[in-house]
Amino acid sequence: MRPEMIVLQNGRVLDPATGVDGARTVRIENGRIAAIDDPGARQPAGAQVLDCAGRWIVPGLVDLHVHLREPGEEYKETILSGLRSAVAGGFTAVVSMPNTKPVIDNAHLVRFVLDKAKEAGLAKVYPSGATTKGQKGEALAEYGDMKSAGAVMMTDDGHPVMNPGIMRRALEYAKAFDLPIMVHEEDLNLAAGGCMHEGTVSMRLGLKGFPAAAEDVMVLRDIELASLTGGRLHIGHLSTAGAVRAVREAKRRGLRVTAEATPHHFTLTDEAVATYDTNAKMCPPLRSQEHVDAVLEGLADGTIDAIATDHAPHSSVEKDVEFERASNGIVGLETAVPLTLALVRRGVIGEKRAIELLSTGPCRAFGLPGGTLAVGAAADVTVIDPAAEWTVEPASFESKGRNSPFGGWKVQGRAVLVMVDGRIVHGGEQRSR
Amino acid sequence: MAHPRQHLLGIESLARQEIESILDSATSMKEVLRRDIKKVPALRGKTVINCFFESSTRTRSSFEIAAKILSADAVNWSSSGSSTSKGETLIDTAKNLEAMRPDIIVIRHGASGAPNLVASRVGCAVVNAGDGAHEHPSQALLDAFTLRERWGSLEGRTVAIVGDIRHSRVARSNVYCLQRLGAKVRLCGPPTMLPLGVEALGCEVTSDLRTAVGGADAVMMLRIQTERISESLFPTGREYSRYYGLSRAKLDWLKEDALVLHPGPINRGVELEPEVADGDRSVILDQVENGVAVRMAILLRAAGAGPEATSA
Repeated sequence: MRPEMIVLQNGRVLDPATGVDGARTVRIENGRIAAIDDPGARQPAGAQVLDCAGRWIVPGLVDLHVHLREPGEEYKETILSGLRSAVAGGFTAVVSMPNTKPVIDNAHLVRFVLDKAKEAGLAKVYPSGATTKGQKGEALAEYGDMKSAGAVMMTDDGHPVMNPGIMRRALEYAKAFDLPIMVHEEDLNLAAGGCMHEGTVSMRLGLKGFPAAAEDVMVLRDIELASLTGGRLHIGHLSTAGAVRAVREAKRRGLRVTAEATPHHFTLTDEAVATYDTNAKMCPPLRSQEHVDAVLEGLADGTIDAIATDHAPHSSVEKDVEFERASNGIVGLETAVPLTLALVRRGVIGEKRAIELLSTGPCRAFGLPGGTLAVGAAADVTVIDPAAEWTVEPASFESKGRNSPFGGWKVQGRAVLVMVDGRIVHGGEQRSR
Repeated sequence: MAHPRQHLLGIESLARQEIESILDSATSMKEVLRRDIKKVPALRGKTVINCFFESSTRTRSSFEIAAKILSADAVNWSSSGSSTSKGETLIDTAKNLEAMRPDIIVIRHGASGAPNLVASRVGCAVVNAGDGAHEHPSQALLDAFTLRERWGSLEGRTVAIVGDIRHSRVARSNVYCLQRLGAKVRLCGPPTMLPLGVEALGCEVTSDLRTAVGGADAVMMLRIQTERISESLFPTGREYSRYYGLSRAKLDWLKEDALVLHPGPINRGVELEPEVADGDRSVILDQVENGVAVRMAILLRAAGAGPEATSA
């Protein structure tokens, strides 16, 4: 349904980009934000009016880190099912990861992702391409060609670029196209096959852990390489106190460094692994409380630019096995909003900062369109009911993945209406009048 | 009295009373083991599957003999040449074995937590015969039994555990077991073999062998598991032996009546000099014998039968 005009009434507009926070009426015309009016303003006749009483009207949420699994692993997720999951979670745009089969390291595959996303007609997809050919860490992929096809960022996510010489060239070369390089920071020699955070819990469980230092040393290395090259560095799924410190210091130095943290890393500790639950297995691994506290501090003080889910659906084939053998990752898109709002209720961050981390911040980090409800902007809008209480039931996920450590959790806060370019792609049926 | 069928996945979750109950039961079992006719009908009609995903001679034989003395039908299943080597998952293997209606599955697996996973999916009792670097509860119980047999009680005693603490399931289970029975535990090994977070176990930790064994009532030497160590944790066996092996000369560091234990198999000349392994302080062969008695007690418990079942 795409009427010419939609009016979101009685809601609280919360837009960190324009600084608006209060009761407003949002008028959308022809897929764009036409006006942000006072609550009582008269609206033109013929508009579809949606009542948003008690709800927040925010710029569409944007996830910088999503595994859509297509091509190659469609049994885990397809671009269509991944985007259904995205809009169900309140996201109007996602950045897709290139570690598919085959690896997205050329313009043809970038176009394939964009074509599939267009067919789905749900959230927008901004594809990323591989930093190195085949994500092997050996030779640079074709950044210019991929950017021309629509890629917004380069990453070997899932794998660190172990060779510092290659990493230097990646940061240098990407400058020609003003592309950020996103990094998965894990020194494989220090990680040495570990399957969880190294500490008291891994010691007790007899699972091979790897230390936080495996992340820290790579973050420090790459920040120095960003300094050397002047390239744009984005630290993916940052999880350690050392990484937070390093990014804070890099920003202080004025380097072009941004960072994201995931809801699971700021919500759970490595104690979640205590029953060998493979749903709690991820990389970077869940850390101990001191690291979680540091990530929370980074979210609050602006060190961390974005909350990204690292949505990583797997099937039971990968998860219903011995912990050491299980694949890393969780379904993230559908639980990000309540887990982020839990931080607001705990007083870690304010409401505006929460929306900034989920929308404005991600767009700013990668220079993406969106992240604002400014008049004239594309009408990518998410309406959140911050009071909605619900129980996480993985069996009901829109994602094909069921791998979530939050199954059974009673949570609060949910996206109830999602619009992309002014078109309702999720919810909204109940409150229309 | 009928007991509920119970898993034995590790020592960590056991209360002192439960440990003592198993050790008490093992005392009766040892008497059975030493009879001329080693057969009691306690588990007649019960089936025990020894499901070994890792090679083992000692532990598997010990469980098998224990089951047979109790008149259970014991079946040995090993992963080599089995459906596992054809790619079957652990859960499918366990469910297929369960469909054959065993009463107890005894499982050894290279992955920590594998017995927990199996226990969560099958209806029969599961006994952990060693999982990865996690726990080896029957070993810890037989070690405690051996020490209790000598001392009467472990209360106030000090036991030093020496070697690769990081990778040792024996060490973890023993720490829980010995502490719960009132003993103090010292852990000793080169820093590369002491896991990060080890202080949480509440033991004294040192990398100096002399400090570890001085004044200890027993010294438990761990086997260097060359097959499990892929990293460089010590330069050479020669140097390891010099600083962390127990030689006859170093016996002077021990209390005069201190006992020497080893879970076996011994790397002679590395952890222990042959003279120490075979010397009068060594209780290594007692450990092996007691292993059968303790495993009889464990199987009785797992099957929901008390020690009185053996008096029939």
